[in-house]
Amino acid sequence: MKRTCNYTIGQTTFLVILRTLIGWHFLYEGMVKITNPDWSSAGYLLDSRGFLSGFFHSLTYKASVLHTVDFLNEWGLILIGLGLILGLFTRFSIFAGILLLALYYLSHPPFPGISFSVPSEGSYLIVNKTLIEMTALLVLYVFPTRIGLDAVFQVLWKSRKRAAK
Amino acid sequence: MEKKDKNMNSGEELKNETPREEKPTNPDKKVKRRDVLKGLATVPVLGIFAWGYYKKRHMDRVLKQMIRDELGMEYAPPVMSTAPSSGRQLRLGVIGYGHRGPQLMKAAGFVHPSWIDAARAAAEKNPMDKRYQEFMEQDDLNIVINGICDVFDIHAEEQMAAAANLKRQGSEGKPAYPVKRYRTYKELMAADDIDAVIIAAPDHWHAPMTIEAARNGKHVYCEKPMTWNLPETYVVRDEVKKSGIVFQLGHQGRQTESYIKAKEAIEKNLLGKVNLIEVTTNRNSPNGAWVYNIHPKASPKNIDWKQFIGQAPWHDFDLKRFFRWRCWWDYSTGLSGDLFTHEYDAMNQILGLGIPQYASGSGGIYYFKDGRTVPDVQQEVFEYPDRNLSLLYSATLASDKDRGKVIMGHDGWMEVGRTLNIYADRESDRYRELIKNGKIDPSLPIYSYSPGRKNPDAVTTATEKYFAGRGLLYTYREGKRVDTTHLHIKEWLEAIRKGTQPSCNINRGFEEAITNHMGVIALREGRRVEWDPDKEVIV
Repeated sequence: MKRTCNYTIGQTTFLVILRTLIGWHFLYEGMVKITNPDWSSAGYLLDSRGFLSGFFHSLTYKASVLHTVDFLNEWGLILIGLGLILGLFTRFSIFAGILLLALYYLSHPPFPGISFSVPSEGSYLIVNKTLIEMTALLVLYVFPTRIGLDAVFQVLWKSRKRAAK
Repeated sequence: MEKKDKNMNSGEELKNETPREEKPTNPDKKVKRRDVLKGLATVPVLGIFAWGYYKKRHMDRVLKQMIRDELGMEYAPPVMSTAPSSGRQLRLGVIGYGHRGPQLMKAAGFVHPSWIDAARAAAEKNPMDKRYQEFMEQDDLNIVINGICDVFDIHAEEQMAAAANLKRQGSEGKPAYPVKRYRTYKELMAADDIDAVIIAAPDHWHAPMTIEAARNGKHVYCEKPMTWNLPETYVVRDEVKKSGIVFQLGHQGRQTESYIKAKEAIEKNLLGKVNLIEVTTNRNSPNGAWVYNIHPKASPKNIDWKQFIGQAPWHDFDLKRFFRWRCWWDYSTGLSGDLFTHEYDAMNQILGLGIPQYASGSGGIYYFKDGRTVPDVQQEVFEYPDRNLSLLYSATLASDKDRGKVIMGHDGWMEVGRTLNIYADRESDRYRELIKNGKIDPSLPIYSYSPGRKNPDAVTTATEKYFAGRGLLYTYREGKRVDTTHLHIKEWLEAIRKGTQPSCNINRGFEEAITNHMGVIALREGRRVEWDPDKEVIV
């Protein structure tokens, strides 16, 4: 993909704000889970419906698999959150975030005829907030900014390269 | 504006612009500073997050601590012994292998080899099915079953095979030792190589068998209800006390963690003055209404019908009556004895209710018009004027609406089943200030106890779901799911070994039986009955 980043201040500002807000959401979700000793994804996974529900249910069958899923989810959320807020490994964080949100979406797809025992806080038909957040991350993926720690490292790396030359 | 705009821009544009601003003497320095500023632009957000997170956590903790201080309740599960069985090996006899008998024997560690085969295959097919794993991990209670008794030959054969399956093997295994089948319970009770008996015969046999066991010095684990009629209740109590045997009544809810926490909450006076208790039964399946399968090979040739009838009024051979005896007053006490007694014992455990002063009841056969004589919809009300409270039992076998056990007090109410939730009452005096200043939200529980959340449960049938939801099928020890009946039998065996009293002993059993009979008499005679505690009679 050819990259051109001629944004106005407003464009850059709101792209960074969007990234930071999504990062905040991820980070807090991760922190809440990791600090609650009783938290497990088991209930959520067992409530999965739709064409991939068999896969999500199967993740709860073995305690070891379930614990791995819990661990990856908790730390995934925290690290993605930090990455998005700080702009560190941004593209990787965005990609991982999209992957995680896609899994959430597919485990609880708001399709007609599917209902869940855990009620959602709004009314959704095919489109829900998870899908919107995922799409927002896709927007960030195709509109990268240079605000964040990545830029510092990039410049450092470039200047070191230049110095070496 | 244009200049500012450009400063905020990134990438190529920045490259284009920077040369204009650079001083030729120090080309890298300025770039670095600006890039560092851009790089760190969002770091303060993390600071705000940390501050917000700390504030929220702190507030939550303060609130929780405040509630904990106010309530004096710990969130940790009750400390229960999980020590394996020790001491001498006990030799058991088991009577009855119809519906409950196999469950009790499984809880004691003995199943028919075909059960192992089926459960193993089911676990391979569906990894959520943990019955096999849980059974294999269940504690060895250090017992043997030397004798069994069932009046139906096919059940007796199966019971013998289960009793001999000491090593928990499938059909590939061999019997561990010979198990004697006794034709009558009296012969079993007289056997020298039996120390204790589990009674899982129909309800009208509980008392005669317990009395016989006590007279023979055999310890007894008896299924609920303790007795089928009032007069035998006194004899059971007297004989058990006289003999000094260890008696445990089969209300396995005594082992349920949430009930134990509920008792703690009552002791800490979280609900204030308790004035109404509502306990319920809701089931909606033939199995839940005791319409059990009739064994296709059962006939007068392989059933000792006369022995089945026992003290019940004579009736000609009838397979329905044999397999679905709970549907007739002739052998059971209906909803009251079969299901209310569990609810009553839970409340007796949590609140120490004892015997009520008055009872009334009503009901009818409104759905299962299959020839049964016991109601399928039934209400019983018990009055405790000395405690200033009423106990209400409301039951139907033809609606699955989920209703919990609810204890209502002036300051709060609790719902107890597999989980425990306690709510403050909006009009409470005790919590008035806390509600007013927003520290307690009456729409949220002030205390919530939900064990085993990390372990998904698979419950297979509607009846199992009923028992599981009411905390009667399994509970948790150190976060691990355990069969409550297993723990209840284990407690009984430990009491025998140590010479102590188990939790549902003869005194609790007497209270259960009298309360049950008060409800049944009130219902059947259509009048309010009264308990005279001095004369110990129902008037």
